[in-house]
Amino acid sequence: MNAISTSSKAVEVRNVFKNYGEVEALQDLSLDFPRGELTSLLGPSGCGKTTLLKIIAGLLPADSGEVMVNGETVTGPGPDRAFVFQDFALLPWASVIRNVAFGLELRGVGKSEREAIAEKYIADVGLDGFELKFPHQLSGGMRQRVGLARALSVDAQVLLMDEPFSAVDEQTRRKFQEDLLNLVKHENKTFLFVTHSIEEAVYVSDQIALLLPRPSRVSEIIRPSGFRDKGIDSIRRDSEYLDIVDRIWDSLRTYVE
Amino acid sequence: MRNRTLSLKILSSVLIFGAWEVAGRVPVSFAFPTFLESMAALWTLTIEGTIFTAYVETLKPLVVGVMISAFFGIGLGVWIGLSRKFDWFVSPIFIVMQSAPLAALIPLLIMVYGIGLTSKVFVVCIMAMPVIVLNTSGAVRNTSVSIIEMGKSFLGTRREIIMKIIMPSASPIIFVGLRLGISAGFIGAILSELKITPTGVGDIISYSRSIADYPSMYAAIFSIILLAVLFLNILERVEVMIFKGINKGLVSD
Repeated sequence: MNAISTSSKAVEVRNVFKNYGEVEALQDLSLDFPRGELTSLLGPSGCGKTTLLKIIAGLLPADSGEVMVNGETVTGPGPDRAFVFQDFALLPWASVIRNVAFGLELRGVGKSEREAIAEKYIADVGLDGFELKFPHQLSGGMRQRVGLARALSVDAQVLLMDEPFSAVDEQTRRKFQEDLLNLVKHENKTFLFVTHSIEEAVYVSDQIALLLPRPSRVSEIIRPSGFRDKGIDSIRRDSEYLDIVDRIWDSLRTYVE
Repeated sequence: MRNRTLSLKILSSVLIFGAWEVAGRVPVSFAFPTFLESMAALWTLTIEGTIFTAYVETLKPLVVGVMISAFFGIGLGVWIGLSRKFDWFVSPIFIVMQSAPLAALIPLLIMVYGIGLTSKVFVVCIMAMPVIVLNTSGAVRNTSVSIIEMGKSFLGTRREIIMKIIMPSASPIIFVGLRLGISAGFIGAILSELKITPTGVGDIISYSRSIADYPSMYAAIFSIILLAVLFLNILERVEVMIFKGINKGLVSD
């Protein structure tokens, strides 16, 4: 590894501006994402959190400012980032294994090699035995596991997750959140996680960037410290967890119609 | 279930042909033969071989026209669907083509291309192409934004995104366009034989009418409908085989 990629910041956003016509989506936004940690972008709807994520992904150009991933300026999508979509973005005509291997297919990896890799990640996300099923035969939660396996299989250092659990039911969601904590612990990757759920953000994050709208800016960065090592089961009863949830709600309530 | 659809098909055929027979016997018009008379005439045409030599003539402009329409229609449709500028530039031509009164344009075609095969192929294309182009471009344009973004974020090239995401996603609707286009092509082929020069099946129709042999005229009309239905059924089978019913469920519903 070279010096740049061992620096403590995986992603740096510097003075980014983005307008949609007359509407100011992002104004002079700067933010750092520490390596190996999960950072949530939390805020009311319309605060530009998905816009920011898509700019980092290289799917949207910023009007001005700079985004750097591992010290290199982002000009488009790259192999160092993988995206998990809110609506899963699976190919309806392709089996689970082809969907999971699709990222590798687009990178030109040979069929037998990419299917071997895909099979490993299908097993990792708990979809063993579903390789030949089609997306419409799966539940919402299982579809997002396919989306997650696809993002993991390309082995990017940065995972961009756009409200990945918002389209699945509450119970599946809780299971996903627990699995995500394990993933952050065991995979040496940086996670950028967009959510509108305060509890979810506090539960899974090492760092929470609170965005406020019109125009979007980072109003606060919160780093929960006390409860992360106490074990998954006691997080929701921890007093620091509850305090942070309350504090965030106090900041956000005036922005919710 | 399969038996039920089969018996429904037989029942509806019996009802329609029965109504035809009754209407012919009433008779609705002097020029309207019964179903059985028409079938007898069809039998005679088949035995004599007239119908086969006629179809060799009729199928020429039909096959050539449909193949040109499918090839260029899908190609243009994909291009229109991908490019806003090209859409703005080309789409109106096909919208006008689709709604233009074709019979009124035929004299113009004859003036430019004569009375040969070229004019007939043109008529088939004018009938078949617009619906193929418009269906294809609509299907391409309506590809889900999120799977295209997915392709981009996983580093798909423009070509890969078109071939591996947009085309498979659009293909069911493209097939619908092809089916509609081919049935319009059948109409075009017969129309060209009635309006340009009487050859093939069009010749049987106009000749039988001129000598008041109405059963033969209706036999010829019946045979072309039969052929079109058979062909469209085969195409539907092919379609089902290709897609194996997997496109029935949308992923994000």
